[in-house]
Amino acid sequence: MSDVKKFLYLNRRAPYGTIYALESLEVVLIGAAFEQDVSLAFVDDGVFQLTKGQNTDGIGMKNFSPTFRALGDYDVQKLFVERESLEERGLSEDDLIEVVYEDEDDDWEEKPAIRVISRAEMADVMADADVVLSF
Amino acid sequence: MSTLHTVNKSPFATQALVSCLNHAKAGDAVLMIEDGVYGGLGGTGLTEIMDEFGKNVSLYVLSPDLAARGLDPKRLIAGVEGVDYAGFVDLVAKHDRTQSWL
Repeated sequence: MSDVKKFLYLNRRAPYGTIYALESLEVVLIGAAFEQDVSLAFVDDGVFQLTKGQNTDGIGMKNFSPTFRALGDYDVQKLFVERESLEERGLSEDDLIEVVYEDEDDDWEEKPAIRVISRAEMADVMADADVVLSF
Repeated sequence: MSTLHTVNKSPFATQALVSCLNHAKAGDAVLMIEDGVYGGLGGTGLTEIMDEFGKNVSLYVLSPDLAARGLDPKRLIAGVEGVDYAGFVDLVAKHDRTQSWL
């Protein structure tokens, strides 16, 4: 087995109501510093973490949604979002923030990191991981 | 390659068990622990779904958690197997990865 493991961070909770979403992001940023193969998955209420236009001024908590846009700088290039979870919640890809990374194999062209995939494809992503960390 | 999924929440309180079953692949195992053991009961609103998924996925409950809640193993859905802590360890060792559904 190679030294680089595939880490999948599975997010199934909405932001702000509990601390899980913020803690997950913190752990992702720490993990990314160890040069592992990192992917994020957003399933069930986890898809609410990526909605555009979050404004937490009135609740005294940090709006951490802009931090997802920094993931590209940490070489995190794969944010998988489950289509069925979006649809069940009346959302579409247009409701999500934009996250990009620079592809070093393609003249550093900016590419979207968010990939909306089906539930069956999400099951494949999970089965492909060496380690799954759930939040 | 297969996965052991653990679920520790009642399926009547959260979506965790159903979401787990929707993502499990044939040959995977699902072990219900803590309040998750309620998912193994027969005669509930979920029994039909459990029967369906049980065709492709092995279903287990952690017996000490079942006993702690006063639930007789006879109330389990047919095909749901009780395991003790050593059995839990065996399941972890048998599968390639363990995935928690919280």
